[in-house]
Amino acid sequence: MVFKSPVEGIEEKFEMIQILNEDGKIVNEDAMPDLSDDDLVELMRRMVYTRVLDQRSIALNRQGRLGFYAPTAGQEASQLGSQFALEQDDFILPGYRDVPQLIWQGLPLYQAFLFSRGHYHGNQMPEDVQALSPQIIIGAQITQAAGVALGMKRRGKKNVAITYTGDGGASQGDFYEGVNFAGAYQAPAIFIVQNNRFAISVPVEKQSAAKTIAQKSVAMGIPGFLVDGMDVLAVYKVVQEARERAVNGDGPTLIETLTYRYGPHTMAGDDPTRYRTEDMDSEWEKKDPIVRFRKFLEDKGLWSEEKENEVMEKAKEEIKTAIKKADKQEKQSVTELISIMHEELPVNLKEQMEEYKEKESK
Amino acid sequence: MAEMTMIQAITDALRTELKNDDNVLVFGEDVGQNGGVFRATEGLQDEFGEERVFDTPLAESGIIGMSVGLSTQGYRPVPEIQFFGFVFEAMDAVVGQSARMRYRSGGRWHAPITIRSPFGGGVHTPELHADSLEGFMTQAPGLRVVIPSGPYDAKGLLISSIRNNDPVIFLEHMKLYRSFREEVPEDEYTIDLDKANVVRKGTDMTLVAYGAMVHSSIKAAEELEEEGISCEVIDLRTVSPIDIDTILESVKKTNRAVVVQEAQRQAGVAAGIVAEIQERAILHLEAPVFRVTAPDTVYPFSQAEEVWLPDHQDIKEKVKESMNF
Repeated sequence: MVFKSPVEGIEEKFEMIQILNEDGKIVNEDAMPDLSDDDLVELMRRMVYTRVLDQRSIALNRQGRLGFYAPTAGQEASQLGSQFALEQDDFILPGYRDVPQLIWQGLPLYQAFLFSRGHYHGNQMPEDVQALSPQIIIGAQITQAAGVALGMKRRGKKNVAITYTGDGGASQGDFYEGVNFAGAYQAPAIFIVQNNRFAISVPVEKQSAAKTIAQKSVAMGIPGFLVDGMDVLAVYKVVQEARERAVNGDGPTLIETLTYRYGPHTMAGDDPTRYRTEDMDSEWEKKDPIVRFRKFLEDKGLWSEEKENEVMEKAKEEIKTAIKKADKQEKQSVTELISIMHEELPVNLKEQMEEYKEKESK
Repeated sequence: MAEMTMIQAITDALRTELKNDDNVLVFGEDVGQNGGVFRATEGLQDEFGEERVFDTPLAESGIIGMSVGLSTQGYRPVPEIQFFGFVFEAMDAVVGQSARMRYRSGGRWHAPITIRSPFGGGVHTPELHADSLEGFMTQAPGLRVVIPSGPYDAKGLLISSIRNNDPVIFLEHMKLYRSFREEVPEDEYTIDLDKANVVRKGTDMTLVAYGAMVHSSIKAAEELEEEGISCEVIDLRTVSPIDIDTILESVKKTNRAVVVQEAQRQAGVAAGIVAEIQERAILHLEAPVFRVTAPDTVYPFSQAEEVWLPDHQDIKEKVKESMNF
């Protein structure tokens, strides 16, 4: 061969960024984020709380009391570390697994349950939460994020649009289009790819010849980073820097977090034993984001078993209350559905509204 | 008043709304410096700046997805799909996303997007430029689909579409862009969406059409008049939703109807109208409601276009079939 690819070995440039290793030791002191002890404890509280929420959600689903649910355990550092770097007016465009980010941004728990139960109120973000509801179509939110970010830039806002997808999402055309648009307009967007190794069952190695997803940023002409997605400090730090670049007018960032979902893809019948081994599960469990952060905080004297139990009890109690509140929500009606389709009802729906008013008054 | 072609009327409508509302953004492939491949956005970037009128990367899904995002920031996007055959690249962004924005968010967000796009046959384009794809769009709840038949309507309907707070697909028949001029007020005016327009009065037959087929229908009606058949011609203007009341009022008077569309026969706008008429006015009918459509093939390469496209002769024949039923 006369010509050698100029980017041969490019993946080696994308070394995984880690601050806190599996043993709970800081391995990159210089990169340590500027977080107070209270912040560190709050991060831990949120991760523990979210793990309990995941366990309770799975149990509720099995009892037939929840509906659609995509388990989150294993991904807490990726989800909550990135959300912790946001300001209240930043805009989140989540995928279907990214409900925890919405909750910590201010979506009340009972609404998260209503989302699972298929009630539109679960998608109705409160006024102070700038977010779309979880996207079901893989990657559709990525082009939208470019638009939100461009809009923010035009409005002169000092905010970012942050969007989440998985490794599967990085195969979609919308991924390339959305990230490229944001790059072309130097829009303040952060694209997070939570690489949990599987698009439902298809391993990441079968999805692309690229060794990393982060390296795809090179093609789009924007900064890209590969981060240990089980290390909440590394995720926080990389996102916080991406946010800083974005609001300073330096454009978007692509971030790949290496993570793992312990549970199935969703609770609708996926069986991970068909495509994962127990060895693989236990290897990743050793990297657990909560375990290593607990060690770190305990060494600093900021965390204890007692404290953790307290958080878990509180979580269970709040979940119970939220489920009760969700139970009280009146079932969504077709007339309501008709009324929120358009601002001005078209003639066919006006007619159908009458029909369903009668049907639903019976 | 000025004499304008439809393309000039469209530019004029865009200019009017860019002036009226700072939130209006006009963008798409080649719409900036180049003024669009049909010059629909000619001069607008110079007048309003690159912040308001701008080029996008060549990616339809990206363009419409970005429009959804811009909507959340209070903008009123007016993206262009360069030719409507390219909308397949953006089907999720249009039908799966824009159309559902208000419902999906429980009203927290909405998508005041007007997607403009040229379509329609008879101008010898390559594949997937001329197809009539409005039928796909009319099956999507949450969208309005508007198709003007001339310059005056184009301006008033486009302004109304842009001001509407929900997504509108605004389809511009290429053959109408420069084929004739019409008096178009230079001041702003709106034409109601969701309302059909009776463009010709008649007593024996109701012809329902939209876009370029309005003109074929009028031509057929003029020739039929000489043969003693009086046709009323209804221009739908909005093809989703259908203004069924205007159609029924006419059919109850004429007792006959032929529905004309340039699109293929299966499913589609005409099929829906036929169903509505028979459900609501069957006892008023003296004959089945007929359709004039293209055959159920893909849109042909340009050599077969002329025969493939329905024309006024086809309409005349169908009218006579109905009269003789």
